[in-house]
Amino acid sequence: MRRRVLARLVFVSALVALWQAAWTAGLWSEVLLPPPGRVALWLGRSLADGTLAGATLVTLRRLVLGYAAGLALGLPLGMLTTRFRPFHETVGLLLLGVQSLPSVCWVPLAMLWFGQTETAMLFVVLMGTVGSIALAMDQGIRSVPPIYVRAARTMGSKGLHTWLRVIVPASLPLVLSGMKQGWAFAWRSLMAAEIFVTILTGLGLGHLLHYGRELHAMDQVIGVILVIVLVGVSFDRLIFAPAERALHRRWGTGRIE
Amino acid sequence: MSSLQGELQPSAPEKLVLRGVGKGFPTQEGTVRALDRIDLQVAEGEFVVIVGPSGCGKSTLLSLVAGLDRADEGEILADGVPVTGPGRDRMIMFQEAALFPWRDALGNVEFGLELKPGLDRRARAEVAAFFLRLVGLERFRHSWVHELSGGMKQRVALARSLAANPRVLLMDEPFAALDAMTREQLYGDLERIWSERRKTILFVTHNVREAVCLADRVLLMTPHPGRVQEGFPIDLPRPRDINSPELAARAGAITRALRTALEPATRDGMP
Ligand SMILES: Nc1ncnc2c1ncn2[C@@H]1O[C@H](COP(=O)(O)OP(=O)(O)OP(=O)(O)O)[C@@H](O)[C@H]1O
Ligand SMILES: [Mg+2]
Repeated sequence: MRRRVLARLVFVSALVALWQAAWTAGLWSEVLLPPPGRVALWLGRSLADGTLAGATLVTLRRLVLGYAAGLALGLPLGMLTTRFRPFHETVGLLLLGVQSLPSVCWVPLAMLWFGQTETAMLFVVLMGTVGSIALAMDQGIRSVPPIYVRAARTMGSKGLHTWLRVIVPASLPLVLSGMKQGWAFAWRSLMAAEIFVTILTGLGLGHLLHYGRELHAMDQVIGVILVIVLVGVSFDRLIFAPAERALHRRWGTGRIE
Repeated sequence: MSSLQGELQPSAPEKLVLRGVGKGFPTQEGTVRALDRIDLQVAEGEFVVIVGPSGCGKSTLLSLVAGLDRADEGEILADGVPVTGPGRDRMIMFQEAALFPWRDALGNVEFGLELKPGLDRRARAEVAAFFLRLVGLERFRHSWVHELSGGMKQRVALARSLAANPRVLLMDEPFAALDAMTREQLYGDLERIWSERRKTILFVTHNVREAVCLADRVLLMTPHPGRVQEGFPIDLPRPRDINSPELAARAGAITRALRTALEPATRDGMP
């Protein structure tokens, strides 16, 4: 554990040192590549005056809301497409289309429909997420070994009980990886929405990034990117990684050596 | 015999009755007759073992009796009542253990009990623990499925089947994947459970010696189409030793009969 942390610390320090060296060598213009110190300074200042925390909170709220909506819609849709064939052939196709469309494409449509509002944001995130989550649920359920269902049926399980106690848990490994992918899509969609939709109801990280560009403030641009990376990694580490570990422990998967 | 008569009869001697049962599977090359005109009776408390080469329809037969699939022709009665679906009075153990990886050993055994009315959480855990002890796995109650060996998995599956307290156990080559030592130990366990709890058992195997070691009656099955041939009553005293010469002699006779039965249409070899 200590060694892993140390290794990472060394790696990150090396990256920063390289960056600093590139700046010292003057390879790029000052405007295009500020030194790490200046970015740190911007991060410190924005942390102190609350801008960064505020923007992160606004973004997280949208993300969680949109992702939750994507799950609430996508998981049942995925179950329906596995359960009813006509549904699979129609709505399933629509979901595939939605999933294959880069979510930034929803931005113009959302702006025209909903104006510069939170609804527009939510819509973009939802559309970016729901397809991949529904398809993952569909896939997950389809790959449940039929023998599990047969075993459950001989023990008297049927209907909803079989769904909740056998099919859903058996599909978890695939569904979880789909949920993780859905989360990644939600995150990308939200950043696209925030960068393109300027609204007054809350400045998110995407907006900070956008204004950084407008002001040619490279320290802000790089600083915000670092925060966005940090948020993404934290979500993975704090929510998905423990869930994956729990599944791996039960299924006995996840070890390659 | 109508089902009403079956119910009224003081002790219905036949636990399972199959009459003219047939089942086909449609494939690209036409229909495969997995089972053809099967007539079979299993008495209450009887231990019947079916032996036959691979693909002769043994698993299909068990799923029909379990009520997991429907026969195309004929009828299947359990306690005189036609089988229309799975029932907890008939528990099937599949060729593979089919344990749920998201539950530990105890949780797997508990699964069947959760659908039993009138059992609270505590009682359920106690009953499940009892059956794990019965198959000698109490120490592994909190192991995940992948942490168990193949034989341990089969024993958990056995405990899971027994916990539901079925009158009839349908066992599909449950010990095929095990080493001889573990297998012999499980023969003993199964025989004990069968005689102590008066189960009716329909057991499938490739292994003729295993059949003779366990059965009151051995049935031969032949493939293409799947048919049940003659039966061999085994009256050797129990407990039996699978390595004894008497048992070997009986097994030899059955193997010869099987070879003769297969001669006209030998396709799959017997081990
Ligand atoms: N779902 C299915 N679809 C098509 N054919 C099937 C199906 N299930 C079984 N069969 C066919 O029915 C026949 C009997 O199969 P079954 O699984 O009952 O054999 P078995 O006696 O249990 O064999 P084994 O000893 O190898 O387990 C085989 O020819 C098989 O190909
Ligand atoms: Mg079989």
